[in-house]
Amino acid sequence: MSEQGKKSSYRGRRLLVLGVLALAAGGLAARAVDLQVLDKDFLQGQGDARFLRVVEEPAHRGMITDRFGEPLAISTPVDSVWANPQVLILERDSWTRLARALGIKRAELERLLVARQHKEFVYLKRRVNPDMARRVTALEIPGVALAPEYRRFYPAGEVTAHVVGFTDVDDAGQEGMELALDQRLRGVPGAKRVIKDRLGRIVESVERVREPQPGEDIALSIDRRLQYLAYRELKAAVRRNRADAGSAVILDVHTGEVLAMVNQPAYNPNNRGRLKRSHLRNRAVTDVFEPGSTIKPFTVAAALESGRFNAHTPVDTRPGTLRVGRKTIRDFRNYGLIDVSTVIQKSSNVGASKLALALAPEQLWQAYASVGLGESTGSGFPGESGGLLTDFGGWRDIQRATVSYGYGMSVTTLQLARAYAALASDGRPLPVSFTRRSAEQAAELASLYQPVLSESSLRAVRRMMERVVAQGGTGTRAAVPGYRIAGKTGTVKKSGAGGYVEDSYIAVFAGIAPASDPRLVMVVMIDEPRGEQYYGGAVAAPVFGKVMAGALRLLDIPPDDLQTMPGQRLALLHGAPAGGAH
Amino acid sequence: MSLLDTPVHDLGQRRRSLAQHLHLDPPLLLGLLLLSGISLFVLYSASGQNIDLVWRQVVRLGVGFTVMFALAQLNPAPLKRWAPWIFAIGVGLLVAVLVAGEIGKGAQRWLDLGVFRFQPSEVMKLAMPMMVAWYLSDHPLPPSAKRLAVAGLIILVPTLLIAKQPDLGTALLVASAGLFVLLFAGIPWRLVTGFAALAAAGAPVLWYFMHDYQRQRVLTFLNPEQDPLGAGYHIIQSKIAIGSGGLYGKGWLNGTQSQLNFLPERSTDFIFAAYAEEFGLLGILVLLAIYLFIIMRGLLIAVQAQDTFTRLLAGSLVMTFFIYIFVNIGMVTGLLPVVGLPLPLVSYGGTSMVTLMAAFGILMSIHTHRKLLPR
Repeated sequence: MSEQGKKSSYRGRRLLVLGVLALAAGGLAARAVDLQVLDKDFLQGQGDARFLRVVEEPAHRGMITDRFGEPLAISTPVDSVWANPQVLILERDSWTRLARALGIKRAELERLLVARQHKEFVYLKRRVNPDMARRVTALEIPGVALAPEYRRFYPAGEVTAHVVGFTDVDDAGQEGMELALDQRLRGVPGAKRVIKDRLGRIVESVERVREPQPGEDIALSIDRRLQYLAYRELKAAVRRNRADAGSAVILDVHTGEVLAMVNQPAYNPNNRGRLKRSHLRNRAVTDVFEPGSTIKPFTVAAALESGRFNAHTPVDTRPGTLRVGRKTIRDFRNYGLIDVSTVIQKSSNVGASKLALALAPEQLWQAYASVGLGESTGSGFPGESGGLLTDFGGWRDIQRATVSYGYGMSVTTLQLARAYAALASDGRPLPVSFTRRSAEQAAELASLYQPVLSESSLRAVRRMMERVVAQGGTGTRAAVPGYRIAGKTGTVKKSGAGGYVEDSYIAVFAGIAPASDPRLVMVVMIDEPRGEQYYGGAVAAPVFGKVMAGALRLLDIPPDDLQTMPGQRLALLHGAPAGGAH
Repeated sequence: MSLLDTPVHDLGQRRRSLAQHLHLDPPLLLGLLLLSGISLFVLYSASGQNIDLVWRQVVRLGVGFTVMFALAQLNPAPLKRWAPWIFAIGVGLLVAVLVAGEIGKGAQRWLDLGVFRFQPSEVMKLAMPMMVAWYLSDHPLPPSAKRLAVAGLIILVPTLLIAKQPDLGTALLVASAGLFVLLFAGIPWRLVTGFAALAAAGAPVLWYFMHDYQRQRVLTFLNPEQDPLGAGYHIIQSKIAIGSGGLYGKGWLNGTQSQLNFLPERSTDFIFAAYAEEFGLLGILVLLAIYLFIIMRGLLIAVQAQDTFTRLLAGSLVMTFFIYIFVNIGMVTGLLPVVGLPLPLVSYGGTSMVTLMAAFGILMSIHTHRKLLPR
């Protein structure tokens, strides 16, 4: 090769190297321009999308309290562990550690992830305790993060379970007042924009898009003290009498507020792991039964209202049976010739039937309907049953007779309590309320109703009902020392498929206290007592007596019967003793 | 030459003499110091403000500059004499690695010398151009066909040994270091084009010899969105980091991709993406300008070299440096498949940086040990 050729070859090489360099540098610069100028918006958006997220901030669910602000349902913040399956599925090595930290089996974790491997979200464990949350975070496994949530606690547990109800895992009301008041309790979740790192952990809150609005705190009408008392006594009675179930309701006569409502069997709303569906029912509201003799005061009130009867009008119940058509109505025994008042006291079916047959069907029906029988109590409680009161137009004689002592119709415990509250006041059935209600609101509501039964008739019936609890009555065990109690027992044959079932009863007691100036109404219903006794007066009346004694004392209601005031009788009769010994 | 001998009227002459005396090349040194400075800044941000990591890099830079300074004092002449021995030892170590090497991250690259672990392939980055230059320099250029063939063999053996580890990135660097010597030695043009054609045709054959993970990388390069959370994750996150930097970047410590952990290997191989995200296109151009400045200075040193050995060696070392940069940035920007090469002098990491600084020491030595003839 010539010297010239060699030189040009070197220059060529030098140019080649410089050319390659220029090309390479230009190429890299062009690529940078390509990415940073031309694709910038797209890539910037992608970058933002990787870390800027709008997350929902759960709103604090309102608290449910009793009428004095004692908490019955409260929400506390907790963490839930969730994962992005697309990320976590790649972290196979971490699964065992994660499963151990969560206290679940690795196979279970794997099943969760595989089932949702194309999704971006799965809860691994809801509502973990703070300690577990900390341990899971410490593992720093990609794709696993915590989400703040609220957990609902029910401090009164099973005592208020049926009234308060509960929420599901997503904090939505499922039963009871949690469901009925869900819209008010729920609140509005907020939203915030956050920066999340690759592991999905929130690094920084950028801005609040929307402030979470906490739900409303709501005070129920329930008085927790009465509720505890009623729960304790009902539970004891159901157990003692080996009954299937039971309910008890206390209403405020003046406002229609539910002061206590308990049922057996109950459940613990804080731990619903093994729970029978039937235990969830708020039987006092959902279950109907034939009221039996507890309806008789309304029959008598209708009779008094007709003007053809008064308390002392004689009623001939001899010979203890009455044939109506092809059916025979029976009394427990032959009460002989008695007056209207004694029909109540002895609970004579024959007497009640004779009164009913003496009235126009419409008069009887109106007396029942005017106190709210056959219609919903207006409580708004989920799943409330309205009971049954058929139209009088179709009543034949036997039906007129049987409804007079509470068969051929049905009520709920709450409905019966509402009717007794109307009986205890001026005959107007206030809609029942589970939340607090002022006397003014109650008066306003009452003005919407037209009473059918006059106050004088009702007062007369209440006086007759006092004899039920007095010596010789059927409900003596409902008596409360120091107070006048007006009440009525009921022992109802249970109906099953194809007729009434032998040896299967419902024991009921409904009562008013104090009788001189009614403040409280309480109905106790015990379903299928299997003990030695099954009469309302033996099974249900004692529950009334014990609970009402406590309730009257707790509510500071002055005694109206100084005759039976224990320990003070002598002092009152003889003036204050000056310390002299007797 | 001592300071006293320097004519007092020529100040420029005296300054050059000081640098000359220390055997340093000021422009090259300036470029390297700039890069080191950038490296520390970016590392602080990319490591999530880990000051300990920055200090470790400072120590490494110190070691690197010391090695550079030491090699700059060394006359190139003995370097040429030792070249075959260094090469022989290097090949021996590579064989030793394959037989008794440490396994780390699935590859057998390290020799445990008790005190520290050591990658023989690093030695080869310097030994290869020295050896090929030594072999070709004592004979008339361009080399004969027979010599070219032997030189080809010299290149092939260590390259295959390194590729076997497997360490594709280093094999690529070592092979190109040897090939650049051949190119500068003046192999015929038809051979250059022939090699290029052979390389293109050889790609499918190469595919056959590749490990699964290497094939996966190529597939991922061709279509990263195919598996965005698996194999394509690196490159997608990297492109997003670079692209979202825009013209001026998000600012130091403000890169979301790197600060929030989305960007993998963000203080080592993918540091360019972290840098680009925070300093934008402007930052990239500045960085490329510094690199280009160092390369041009190195090529000038090669051109001004006084004998064939040093010229070939200098040219090859500079071009290897260039390959480093191009492959790393090309990979991070998605122009090339993922090959595990750091961004020279900026990425966190020790061994490769010390080798690079040694190369710059040799360049400085070549430039400052010239026998300057009076004009």
